[in-house]
Amino acid sequence: MTIRRRVFVVTSAFALVAFAVMVWAPTVGSTPISLARAFDRSIPWDDNVDAQIFFVARLPRVLAGGLVGATLAAAGVVLQAMLRNPLATPFTLGVSAGASLGAMLAVTTNLELSVLGVTSIPLASFAGSLIATGIVYALAASQRRGLSTNVLLLAGVTLNAFFSALILFVQYLSDFAEALRAIRWMMGGLDVASYTPILAALPFVVVSFVAFAMMTRTLNLLSVGAESAAAKGVDIVRAQRVAFLSASLATGAAVSLGGPIGFIGIIVPHLVRLLVGSDHRIVLPASALFGAAFLVLCDLAARTLMSPLEIPVGVVTALIGGPFFLWLLVKRS
Amino acid sequence: MPDLLWADNVSFRYAAGAPLVVDGVTVRLADGALAGILGPNGSGKTTLLRLLSGTRRPSAGRVLLGDRSLDQLSRREVARRIAVVPQETELAFEYRAIEMVLMGRHAHLGVFTVEGPDDVRIAEEAMAATGTIHLAQRFFHELSGGEKQRVIIAGALAQSATLLLLDEPTASLDLGYQLDISSMLSRLNQEHGVTMAISTHDLNLAASICRELVLMRDGRVLAAGPTADVLTPDNILALYDVEADVHVHDETGHMTVVPVRRIAR
Repeated sequence: MTIRRRVFVVTSAFALVAFAVMVWAPTVGSTPISLARAFDRSIPWDDNVDAQIFFVARLPRVLAGGLVGATLAAAGVVLQAMLRNPLATPFTLGVSAGASLGAMLAVTTNLELSVLGVTSIPLASFAGSLIATGIVYALAASQRRGLSTNVLLLAGVTLNAFFSALILFVQYLSDFAEALRAIRWMMGGLDVASYTPILAALPFVVVSFVAFAMMTRTLNLLSVGAESAAAKGVDIVRAQRVAFLSASLATGAAVSLGGPIGFIGIIVPHLVRLLVGSDHRIVLPASALFGAAFLVLCDLAARTLMSPLEIPVGVVTALIGGPFFLWLLVKRS
Repeated sequence: MPDLLWADNVSFRYAAGAPLVVDGVTVRLADGALAGILGPNGSGKTTLLRLLSGTRRPSAGRVLLGDRSLDQLSRREVARRIAVVPQETELAFEYRAIEMVLMGRHAHLGVFTVEGPDDVRIAEEAMAATGTIHLAQRFFHELSGGEKQRVIIAGALAQSATLLLLDEPTASLDLGYQLDISSMLSRLNQEHGVTMAISTHDLNLAASICRELVLMRDGRVLAAGPTADVLTPDNILALYDVEADVHVHDETGHMTVVPVRRIAR
């Protein structure tokens, strides 16, 4: 099979799965609804409860899950290739810590702010992720020649630890209700009630995905080594810059929408590589689509398993992801 | 014959204030040349190859490819004319041998272009030329050291470049593979017209296939010229502080070097 055909076939298969999951997921819940009835245009909207539940109550949440899942998985793929480290995640370089600190501050200061219908917590977390990205970038770029991946990693890990300490400090100073609200946000959740926050995050994600799509072959070369990639025609400095900034931007937007949902960005790329190999022209789209389906299913479990109680989706992904990842490590070694 | 690649009085340091690793070196590679770069550890061989391939820019001096400075060319343009075999390749993920070789086509493809039949044919020819075509579908990390090295060389050949720079291509290989690689390089040079510069610690390999040598010590060129003129006991002593016997081997017809003793300096 030619490479072009392989990319097409594998991507289509994953797209089919993601699409099926995202159409099916909104039909499941405390009130079961009929898909046929929800899409029956002959019934007036006001009388069609199934359609209202499907499109108004549940679809935004499913779409948010798809967007966040796809973004975290794809950003994980990009950073793992760029850092040449299969254990890197979208959060390794400090984005989630910055976002969490931003959200924490918005909660404790009772920040009342709204831009284009987006409320203060997502705004503050997005701002926090950009600041964290900026700090890590500035540190790594201060090296003489381009970005140093070592400095990126160290700066990211250190910033994560430092921001976590700041978060604990702010939490200690805040009252009980505020602290609880912030902790709840950090567990990750897709409790999205309208299309507005999705539309707000979408442009950043789209821009980043265009950048991802343009560098899939470059990611293959980067994962073989910077020196050899340069000799094969890759502008290393530019490639690393684009990879880091686009992955961080997309992750920041995703985290502002769903909180720092863990494990997606590491488990999904690993599984996909086991299934389809390491060619990023296939791994990247397949991971994005699989990440979307995976997070939507996790969120489905989160809202139905202990209904009417809702488990934070970040807890579900961690509960599934942790043991699964350990199993994967043991099985492969 | 015009020089294909010309390092014109180049110097390089890795960071401001650091010592010069390459210090005023001039090297000329003519079309069709097969040159060896010899020198002790830390003499600047690897750095010189990086300057010649343009993956590092000289702190002073310039490197000319034909009549243009490497600075003026994009990485893509350079990669279509100069291919490099680095000392070590360690993969972050698992790739098949054919995938590794196809990566050599990167500089010939557009952003969204996928390798077509021509690219696959070129990759397969490169694998045939290095005797690795039967390994195409094997995973790179499962191959032996010699097989890996030949796959890497195939990937460099797939760049369709006229120049090949190799950094200690036989360093970690056993005697059999060393011979395989050296005879393969010699054949690529003679039959496919690939111009080569090879850095190596193996004086006998250099003596057997290289027609000219550049001897480097402490970032400077100690001697350069045709192998027979340069590979003398005096030069080897100056290069490595080692007394050596140099003979012409009857059966192979090339020079052989037998190290005798190290001289303290």
